Amino acid sequence: MEITVTVNGKTSTHNVPPRMLLVHYLREVLGLTGTHVGCDTSQCGACVVLKDGISVKSCTVLAVQCDGANIVTVEGLAVNGNLHPVQEGFWEEHGLQCGFCTPGVMMAAYQILQDNPNPSEEEIRAGLEGSLCRCTGYHNIVRAVKYAAEKMKAAPAGQTPTAVAAGSGEAVP
Amino acid sequence: MTTTEAPTRLFGAAIKRREDPKLITGQGNYIEDINLPGMLHAAILRSPFAHARIKRIDTEKAKSHPGVVAVYTGKDMESLNPLPCAWQAGGVKNNVNTPRALAIDEVHFTGDGVAVVIAEDRYAAEDALALIEVDYEPLPVVVDAEEATRPGAPQLHENAPNNICMRWTCGKEQETDQALQQAEVVVRQRMINQRLIPTPMETRGYVARYDAGTDEYTIWMSSQAPHVHRLLLAAFVLGVPEHKVRCIAPNVGGGFGAKIFVYPEMAVVAFASRQLDRPVKWVETRRENYVATTHGRDHITDVELGATRDGKITSLRVTTYANLGAYLSTIAPGIPTTLYGRMITGVYKIPNAFVEVLGVYTNTAMVDAYRGAGRPEATYVIERIVDILADELGMDPAEIRRKNFIPPSDFPYDNGVGMLPYDSGNYEPALNRALELVNYEQFKRDQAEARQRGKLLGLGLCSYIEVCGVAPSKWIGLPGEGWGAGLWESANVRVHLTGKVVVTTGSLPHGQGHETTFAQIVADELGVPYDDIIVQHGDTLGTPFGYGTYGSRSAAVGGTAIFKSVQKIKEKARKLAAHLLEAAEEDIVYENGKCYVRGSPDKAKTIQELALEASVGYNLPPGMEPYLDDTTYYDPPNCTFPFGTHVAIVEVDPETGMVDLLRYVAVDDVGNVINPKIVDGQIHGGIVQGVGQALFEGAVYDENGQLVTGTLMDYALPKASELPSFELDRTVTPSPTNPMGVKGAGEAGTIAASPAVVNAVVDALSHMGVRHLDMPLKPERVWRAIHT
Ligand code: FES
Ligand code: FES
Repeated sequence: MEITVTVNGKTSTHNVPPRMLLVHYLREVLGLTGTHVGCDTSQCGACVVLKDGISVKSCTVLAVQCDGANIVTVEGLAVNGNLHPVQEGFWEEHGLQCGFCTPGVMMAAYQILQDNPNPSEEEIRAGLEGSLCRCTGYHNIVRAVKYAAEKMKAAPAGQTPTAVAAGSGEAVP
Repeated sequence: MTTTEAPTRLFGAAIKRREDPKLITGQGNYIEDINLPGMLHAAILRSPFAHARIKRIDTEKAKSHPGVVAVYTGKDMESLNPLPCAWQAGGVKNNVNTPRALAIDEVHFTGDGVAVVIAEDRYAAEDALALIEVDYEPLPVVVDAEEATRPGAPQLHENAPNNICMRWTCGKEQETDQALQQAEVVVRQRMINQRLIPTPMETRGYVARYDAGTDEYTIWMSSQAPHVHRLLLAAFVLGVPEHKVRCIAPNVGGGFGAKIFVYPEMAVVAFASRQLDRPVKWVETRRENYVATTHGRDHITDVELGATRDGKITSLRVTTYANLGAYLSTIAPGIPTTLYGRMITGVYKIPNAFVEVLGVYTNTAMVDAYRGAGRPEATYVIERIVDILADELGMDPAEIRRKNFIPPSDFPYDNGVGMLPYDSGNYEPALNRALELVNYEQFKRDQAEARQRGKLLGLGLCSYIEVCGVAPSKWIGLPGEGWGAGLWESANVRVHLTGKVVVTTGSLPHGQGHETTFAQIVADELGVPYDDIIVQHGDTLGTPFGYGTYGSRSAAVGGTAIFKSVQKIKEKARKLAAHLLEAAEEDIVYENGKCYVRGSPDKAKTIQELALEASVGYNLPPGMEPYLDDTTYYDPPNCTFPFGTHVAIVEVDPETGMVDLLRYVAVDDVGNVINPKIVDGQIHGGIVQGVGQALFEGAVYDENGQLVTGTLMDYALPKASELPSFELDRTVTPSPTNPMGVKGAGEAGTIAASPAVVNAVVDALSHMGVRHLDMPLKPERVWRAIHT
């Protein structure tokens, strides 16, 4: 089936098998290997990306369901080489060790901050419900999200960094 | 330390990791990201039975499936030798009970592979698996280690009657039994240390490319020890010399022990790539990871502790059934023996101790090292039974610990059960600091007050010790006891003529941040800018041999190898500077990257200038070889012994049995700390794996040998919402074992957390007469303890 998808601001059209998962489309067709697969039961969240501004587990979405969609992956978080505050937070606060869960966890963190720019520790932990990290014990992930929240608050109005084209597609209820 | 204190000192600095920019931008290169031209994909058919004879396999339909290139069975791979088991502790005679690339006549657990499909893509390979027909003759199954040893139990291997792999003992049996008989107080408990699934977020995976022109294999692998894998695969499995195999570990998404070992699929991809003359990739699904990759722990233990009425421990006897699974994994026999039995006395001075371990085969996944490997099991036994003794005597658990701690004056300390001497320790300050942080006295009042209101609060202590930097080859290699090889590490340091310093190491980071910490060591020692230091690892072609990263050994052993290479380079630089400055070598001072004649620092040669001189090589002192380049093979004189005290505070809901971990305080002593940010991160992650064991995790097999907890849906990995933030502190007792005084920090959290949390829950329920509960403390188990 033919699909046209915008990924990290770039639109392309491909013929994909109907059963192809979004994560495989991103990794194998587009070569965007930043999005990872950590399970086969939609538990781990290593595969989280934004679809039309909303975080989704890309192992649970078919590529054909993304025809016309706007996808942002970890590769689209930094703009012109400037790290997104979420990325900065993970680096500053040692929010990653092996880094395998990190792309998905950062996209989940991005969503947490979209929903609530000033989350408490409890809210951050609740927001990470769909993400598993086996290395960090989450302690520094929580700190990283807090760091990002502070950083985003400090950015002058209108200049809050956002991921490429994130949320600019049609909102999905 | 030889470096003079300079404001720019990096040893001890909490700098952020240089590994991260690539990983946070999606540029990481994990095994699944390796794609080679012409690459094929493998999928493995695993046995649906935990024990069965294979009568017939028909692969014809699968072979003709579109996209399928080949299908192989165990018979096709008969030329490959079974995998080796390296650690023959307890004089294991039947260490031939190891897996083959694919099972041939009989399967012994549901992780056993029986056929592999190689196809143009993974979807086609998976589809074709369903077309393979296998006739099995099911055989009786046993999954419990104690049951497996009973007469009449199903037998796995002919050469292991009653499924016993080995019986191993340490300590003094007669003296211990006598002391127990004479003890004023004896407490006894059976404890189950349940089976865990390591669960690195990245599963295993291998990509093999055979080059017919050179007759060489290149194998990319998600691995903690590529040099060891190369050696074992080449020499034992493939039967080729090691220079014909090159192993490369790209970014590795966690290991926790499970990626130390040689696995059948390594041989499968190597074989298929050679047969088909095309690269072959296999990446494990999570489901496969759960059934086929090694598990950890799985002990059934009976413990007896004798003491005087005033709380002095006199004797300890421990008997353990250690479930080893269906076959022997690479170092499996070493875990419940050397790393468990010899650590059983913990931080206490126990004059009489004896440990007996039965290693047992069952129809389950192989059990081998999982974070902590033997030490968490040992710590759990001693830290639980000490609490039970405190309860019996009506003593404060902190007091009974203090009373039995090995005093600082006793180091180096021989624990009497055959461990190497504990290098250094001072246990009481860590305990006191932890109690101060939780405000122990206040907590006791709060707890009493809460009980009045029907609220159940509990506090649990764990004062642990672990053995890290596991090395001395002459000890760990001992045939019949050790693992028949060394455990030294090597490192090469080279100062190029541009002044860039390239470090190659045999250690293999998979989240620990060696590129950062190793560069910190070199920056200080050599006095060169941190950014000029490059740390390379992971490719057996470009790095010196190393045994790999596990057992919290990379800083203490691998790091010291680097440190020593730098010293050699400095020596040579001083000789060269003496020549260039026309001075005597004894008069040359090396300081902050410069060599000068004592008293005249203004006329200095920088290390960069000296590297250039050494490289161009036309003005060297007589007899000196060009280049600043040195390699060290470092075999430490001893292990290191970190320690500390962790405290957990929990609230138990009497209505539901839910345990809420309210606070967690950890005071660790890991010797000198190179990078506190990274060490803290290791402690955090370790704690959560220990908490996971205490409260959530547990692999469950049914009586047919089917893994009931076969997905992340059924196996409860800890989540962010179930945990608090942690409160960390440190005491510092440098290790005298190595020149940097470092000990190791990778496993401390996991070792300490399970007993601390269980002790806390038992404490919360102690007034109801609860003395022990087996992990995991799921609500149902706790609820039953409250309501029966
Ligand atoms: S891969 Fe685990 S949730 Fe998507
Ligand atoms: S950093 Fe390794 S799983 Fe999260």
